[in-house]
Amino acid sequence: MSDAAVAAHDELVAHVIRVIAATQHMPVDAIGIENTFEELKIDSLDGINIVFALESEFHISIPDEAMQNLKSIRDTVEGVRQLLAQKEQAGSPA
Amino acid sequence: MVRVAVTGMGTVCALGSTVAECWAQLSFGKPGFSPLTVPGVPPYKFSLAAVATRYVPLEHFSEKETSMLERFAQFAAVAAREAMKQSGLELTTELKEQTAIITGTSVGGQFAEEEGYVRLFRDNVPRVAPLTIPRTMSNAGASRISFEFGIVGPTYTISTACSSSNHAIGQAFGMVRRGEVLAAIAGGSEAVFAEGLMRAWEAMRVVSPDTCRPFSLQRRGLILGEGGAMLVLENWDHAKARGARILGEICGFGMSSDAHHITQPTPEGPLRAIRMALADAKISPEAVDYVNAHGTGTTVNDSTECEAIRRAFGSHAERLLVSSTKSMHGHTLGAAGAIEAVTSLLALQHGLVPPTANFIDPDPACALDVVPNEPRQANIETAISNSFAFGGLNAVLVLRRIS
Repeated sequence: MSDAAVAAHDELVAHVIRVIAATQHMPVDAIGIENTFEELKIDSLDGINIVFALESEFHISIPDEAMQNLKSIRDTVEGVRQLLAQKEQAGSPA
Repeated sequence: MVRVAVTGMGTVCALGSTVAECWAQLSFGKPGFSPLTVPGVPPYKFSLAAVATRYVPLEHFSEKETSMLERFAQFAAVAAREAMKQSGLELTTELKEQTAIITGTSVGGQFAEEEGYVRLFRDNVPRVAPLTIPRTMSNAGASRISFEFGIVGPTYTISTACSSSNHAIGQAFGMVRRGEVLAAIAGGSEAVFAEGLMRAWEAMRVVSPDTCRPFSLQRRGLILGEGGAMLVLENWDHAKARGARILGEICGFGMSSDAHHITQPTPEGPLRAIRMALADAKISPEAVDYVNAHGTGTTVNDSTECEAIRRAFGSHAERLLVSSTKSMHGHTLGAAGAIEAVTSLLALQHGLVPPTANFIDPDPACALDVVPNEPRQANIETAISNSFAFGGLNAVLVLRRIS
């Protein structure tokens, strides 16, 4: 990855973590990219809430099947990244 | 059939966030109304409300919990904690299976619903928050109490408007008395101050533009209130065997339906509920000393209720003390029966009848001793507590002092 791509990725990680922290009423620094939802005590209802918040924040639509595969912060960031990339490819306005 | 003891009580309302705080105000006849002004919201036709101003959610729940648990469910859980603590009930695995939770609420979680409507119909955003369903559901309080205490017995919620929590307590009383469970947490809660719901009450034209003056000639309606109350009901022998302090006894319950009109009451429905409650308690009308009235402060309720009391008690009605404590804690709708059951039990315990506050002149249509304005010391042993709901659904509890 280029430096710009690394910076963009880091920013996306931070952004996703901010959304999750706000939804969970947790401090941002309590959440790391390596954490699983289980470690963070994020249950299925929290997951629904987080997905809703991410959809609103990034103007994306997360399919139900994709949501069921989210088990960690890394999964979530990767899912959001892919959906943003798809959106860009489709040429929809940001 | 076994006797049913009350071994714990908990309350949150405009008068305070504990039973002791509430009684301090009730026993002095001091209303808990405050001016209703919401920044950015056009004024209502009424200006007073019984808001639980001393209740601070974050003193009881984490920030995350408050985002999942509506105010009405928080009231239910906080009242249950206080009641359980007072009861000293030790929930063994076995007892957890033999304890019921029955709560009452009129509308459940209104705030989540209204937030959803704002998104949908004002902001034109066709999606609502995922927690809308679990926040809105009327059983949220009962479920919260269940998983907080690990109680796995019969648990459900009753919604009969302003009789909800009397029906809940009555059902729990029946279950304990019939030996189906050893204990029960029963009561109700309501959080009415959501804008849409208040506008709906405003449109009904039953909320007083000044204050709540039950049984007064000058009465102009009710004052809306929020809060919750829970009782721990317990099999008498079980309570005795563990050396629990018994706070009072529930000894009868009666219920009826007017089968008449969606909002207009009849005296016959309440009369049947009172008679049924007395028969259930196996006592004569003359045995009753105090009536905690439904006493909303509307023209029609108060005169109809007084007629029902006169017909139920005959000449003994002259000797009854009748007060409406809604003149102090407001009409808490689905929580009313529970808050008033706690109030009645405290009145019996202390030998002190909380008054009908804000009283000006007597109304000939309500010519009973309504204990105007000043609390009254009285040697009272047995009380009834009335709840009569819109839709004509009536529920009456009989409560007894333990000497």
